[in-house]
Amino acid sequence: MQSYIPSIGMEVHAELATRSKMFCRCSVAFGGQPNTRTCPICLGLPGTLPVPNRAAVEMVVRTALALNCTIAMRSIFHRKNYFYPDLPKGYQVSQYGDTNPLGYGGYIEIPTSDGGVKRVGIRRVHLEEDTGKLMHLPTGESGIDYNRAGVPLMEIVSEFPPDIQNAEEAKDYLVQLRQILLYLGVCDGKMEEGSLRCEPNISVRLKGAEKLGTKTELKNLNSFKSVQLGVGYETSRQAAVLEKGEKVLQETRGWNEQKEESYLMRIKETENDYRYFPDPDLIPMVFDDAYIEGLRKSLPELPLSKSQRYEKDYGLDRKESWEFLVDPEWSRFYEEAVKLGGDPRLIRNEMVSEFAKHLNETGIPARESRVTPAHIVELTKLKKEGQITSKMGKDVFVAMVKDGRMPAQIVKESGAVQISDESQLTSIIEEVLKTHPDAVAKYKGGQVNVKGFLVGQIMRQSKGQANPEMVQDLLQKALEQA
Amino acid sequence: MTQLSAAELNRKLASKEVSALEVAQAHFERIEAHDAKLGCFLHLDKEGALASANEAQKRLDAGEATALTGVPIVLKDNMSTIGVPTTCASKILEGYIPPFDATVVAKLKSAGATILGKTNLDEFAMGTSTENSAYQLTRNPWDTDRSPGGSSGGSAAAVSAEFAPLGLGSDTGGSIRQPASLCGIVGFKPTYGRCSRYGLIAFGSSLDQIGPFARNIEDAALLAEAITGHDPLDGTSMKTEPISTRDLKNGSLKGLKIGLAEEMFSEAINPGVREVVERAIEALAKEGVEFKKITLPSIELGVTTYYIIAPAEASSNLARFDGIRYGPRWEGSGHIDVVSKTRGQGFGHEVKGRIMIGTYALSAGYYDAYYTKAQQVRALMIREFNEAFQDTEILLAPTSPTVAFKLGELSNDPMALKLLDYCTIPANLGGMPSVSLNCGFSEGLPVGLQLTAAPLRDERLLQIAYSVERALPNATGRPPLP
Ligand SMILES: [Zn+2]
Repeated sequence: MQSYIPSIGMEVHAELATRSKMFCRCSVAFGGQPNTRTCPICLGLPGTLPVPNRAAVEMVVRTALALNCTIAMRSIFHRKNYFYPDLPKGYQVSQYGDTNPLGYGGYIEIPTSDGGVKRVGIRRVHLEEDTGKLMHLPTGESGIDYNRAGVPLMEIVSEFPPDIQNAEEAKDYLVQLRQILLYLGVCDGKMEEGSLRCEPNISVRLKGAEKLGTKTELKNLNSFKSVQLGVGYETSRQAAVLEKGEKVLQETRGWNEQKEESYLMRIKETENDYRYFPDPDLIPMVFDDAYIEGLRKSLPELPLSKSQRYEKDYGLDRKESWEFLVDPEWSRFYEEAVKLGGDPRLIRNEMVSEFAKHLNETGIPARESRVTPAHIVELTKLKKEGQITSKMGKDVFVAMVKDGRMPAQIVKESGAVQISDESQLTSIIEEVLKTHPDAVAKYKGGQVNVKGFLVGQIMRQSKGQANPEMVQDLLQKALEQA
Repeated sequence: MTQLSAAELNRKLASKEVSALEVAQAHFERIEAHDAKLGCFLHLDKEGALASANEAQKRLDAGEATALTGVPIVLKDNMSTIGVPTTCASKILEGYIPPFDATVVAKLKSAGATILGKTNLDEFAMGTSTENSAYQLTRNPWDTDRSPGGSSGGSAAAVSAEFAPLGLGSDTGGSIRQPASLCGIVGFKPTYGRCSRYGLIAFGSSLDQIGPFARNIEDAALLAEAITGHDPLDGTSMKTEPISTRDLKNGSLKGLKIGLAEEMFSEAINPGVREVVERAIEALAKEGVEFKKITLPSIELGVTTYYIIAPAEASSNLARFDGIRYGPRWEGSGHIDVVSKTRGQGFGHEVKGRIMIGTYALSAGYYDAYYTKAQQVRALMIREFNEAFQDTEILLAPTSPTVAFKLGELSNDPMALKLLDYCTIPANLGGMPSVSLNCGFSEGLPVGLQLTAAPLRDERLLQIAYSVERALPNATGRPPLP
């Protein structure tokens, strides 16, 4: 087999997290009985007119800024004309042209395994409207649900020729992009509900060849895993086709998640002529510098720079920092805790163990929990200072979750302070040795593992409050003297 | 009573000389007596009109009336009316009943006007003779062998025949002014954006504008005041106040500078029409108007430009009529077959022709040669008119190159029909307000005079038109109906 180089272009559609649709006031909420979230405008009834949703425009501009794009200071909507039953007006309102989309000529940086970053060019970020959905009814007939028709949709297209060269990069690109969208709060990123959709186009060419190969477009990718598997499958498939001396056809292919293989949906024989032209119902969007600069300044810290900061300032490694970054809420909690003066590493450890487990089990988001960053910080301090054991820590945590009391208070009220007083510990140890002379004898006879049994007895006697490290030392001394 | 103007009816209603119900009934009697011959109406809503007249009477009695309360009006059947059929004179909308009111209709209802019914038009407003209706012919009240003009021929003939003092039409290339001219009444197209297009079934979105028909300027101005103003449902609606009638009667012709573009008095204008218009010019000169001969070469490109832009927009605007969501459906096998059959059967010949021209003009490879070029000419024309308005306030011209023509006379001469828009098209391409009023007769048939002003000068235009109307006292008359 010869060596083939894949080129992967990414086309991502993100439904914007606005309250209402792009050109009418219908709700964009997911689900609902078919055609209940519709009105004459999004059904395209004769005589209706579109009025643009400003919030949607702003979300796209913010995204374009976050993706380092140039902003079109004057940008218009076009009509993309084609017939399809899910398209109520016979055209989709979209944006056409190289420098007309709200954002163009940007890039996104994705972390690489060697600790560096890879820059992937962004060709365009534009605003359009979603279509309805064809449904096959049990009666064998087809129906159309227009609840999604007119939902604001942002299209993000990577640069051509593509910078992405393998399936993992394709997945990483999408992970990073989704993260940015979540940080900006412009999309809920739910791939399984279709609010974030990825349609990569894939081609391979012989190593050394300049011209890109014929590309196929891949649809129905509902998860990061599908994206990675699908792109990987498609590059191998195309390489195998070329290896046999055959030609790759320009096709749209679907991804079968069960079989983990792509299948032919349709062959693109000719390019569709969508007859794009400026929508006469929508006046141009014109922005001034102050507005754009205001939006630029209001952008939140983005995931990549945040992860770099966590590595540098908090001493976390990349994997550990990403545990926080995947959930903006989670990382906000972490940073608040660190700001309260805790040890970043201990706080991280505390959060990912008991707390994460608890949130997972109960399904409560971190911000709704009774446990605040202050609780976590205090808990790590008590442990660090040796006031409680980690076993006691678990009990304190349970109590904390239950009524929201602060850890120090819980410990105080239960009297459950760790016993670190040497004379107190010595008297407990002496008592235990007295009641178990046989164990002491065994120890003397060389069975040193009996020490574990004795430690257990001491902890039990102390109701778990004995400082374990001191117990180890003092017991050793006592056995040697016995 | 049906001879009375809207303003006179309003006075008599206010002084309780007549009731709103009597007014409505008198107009229905006249319609029932003569409309079988004229064919103005596609749908009469007697029940709705009488109910609305009763409501109007309550408002009159309560002293809460507006200038239009209890005044009858007819609507071109391309304006959406809740619960009342709206067909655009097309088979493709047969039986379609909108679930919402056009903004102008809602405004008329809140003003208390009595809507009598929906009037005939060229299918989807495409035509200049009202002969392209899929349902019926409309005849000119001045000579029933002749066309009332178009596309708003039904409303124009109805107002001329005294079926109502007021009517609404829509004007894309002259569709209000040209039939007003041929029927001997007043037709006014406001500045593009001053009257909401919401609910007007679109033909050429960047050109369409709703406007009044009346038998005098005062009535036209009163109606304009009631239907204009910013509409949040129309993104192209200007953020301006309704057209005010406050200073309507305060104008003077003395020292007024009116431009006469030589292109509007060319060989294209029928000599009889030219003569009547020139006599009116002489009469106005005696009143102190200063006429200035100017040249606006782009006028000669108007028809060509219009017949690219309007069909291009129409080809997209009419894509929604696919038989899927509303209107009749011609069944077939599969989506494309249903759409082709429905559109093939549902649209008339002229509409299909314009859709094809527009589709062609927007196609890849032709777009720049046609659509882009047409937009450039449009921009050039706007520049030329702007310059002309630097030192003339008004442009005066014949409205139509001919008087009313015989039905069928031009139906085999599509170019001659299209040239009928020669004088009216520039106001649509430039978004300018323009009004036609009768200025005399040629061969016993009415001749219209067109006055056009710079965008947003609607109030001034109507004020001048009011003075012009006073200066031409014997220019109008009643059609020879009993
Ligand atoms: Zn809606």
